[in-house]
Amino acid sequence: MWKFFHQMASPPYFYRLAATLIPWFAIPGLILIAYGAYAGLFLVSMDYQQGDAFRIIYVHVPSAYLSMMAYMMMAVGGGIGLIWRLKLAHAVGAAAAPLGAAFTFLALVTGSIWGRPMWGTWWEWGDPRLTSELILLFLYFGYMALRSSIDDTAKADKASAVLALVGVVNVVIVHFSVEWWSSLHQGQTVFKKGTMDADMRIPLFAMLIGFSLIFGAMVLRRLRTEVLFRERRTRWVRELVLSPEGGK
Amino acid sequence: MEALAMGGYGAYVWSCFGLAFIVTVVIEWRGRVRHNEIYRDIEVRIKALEERE
Repeated sequence: MWKFFHQMASPPYFYRLAATLIPWFAIPGLILIAYGAYAGLFLVSMDYQQGDAFRIIYVHVPSAYLSMMAYMMMAVGGGIGLIWRLKLAHAVGAAAAPLGAAFTFLALVTGSIWGRPMWGTWWEWGDPRLTSELILLFLYFGYMALRSSIDDTAKADKASAVLALVGVVNVVIVHFSVEWWSSLHQGQTVFKKGTMDADMRIPLFAMLIGFSLIFGAMVLRRLRTEVLFRERRTRWVRELVLSPEGGK
Repeated sequence: MEALAMGGYGAYVWSCFGLAFIVTVVIEWRGRVRHNEIYRDIEVRIKALEERE
């Protein structure tokens, strides 16, 4: 087990492995998204209360799910990096942060667009789900700003890992806000029995898995970049660049 | 046309799907551009060092 982790944490090994894995994530991800989007838009019947507006769920829920997953990935990576001092674990956080910010932005905007016809407003400041999700976006911005403001990579890793770990509290609040407080936002739907028809649920799961796989491919690509940058003065990068086949 | 109209919610539904598509494409493209830039910078630096040696 430990041998496997050490091998995975080896930058040259991981750099090559990630290049092999990216298409295995991206291609099934694209197929699932294509199916989920088509079924969600054209095959599934409209909701009896929300009409066709409910179809926004097929992009809103995967974005919101990834906004939290990316943050958890940053926090776990930061924690592992701080405890076991694995450089690759810190790189995971650096790679996931811009993607997490993008999906949080997407969740906020699609939620706002969905809210307009359903709630009669684009935004409600008093709503705990909306506000905590906005705080999550600011946490991503803070994390990226902190990283880029410190030139020393080791110090930037440590400081940003601490911020990521502290910010996990907000992810818990985002997730449970609809249960803890009264909210305009609807309660847990996706994984609760009896809340959604199976015809509606299957494309949603396809979108959730598809988005997650695409996210995985994007994280791997950005991790390769991060590894390459961090290891730019090492011998293996020199050999990689000078090799006849290159190592892009 | 009915599919486009989405029962009067077309603007809301299509703008969300369109935005999701654009955001995903842009972040993927930015990732590729940054990777290529960093690779090229390293390549230039290493080849310059090789020539000097």
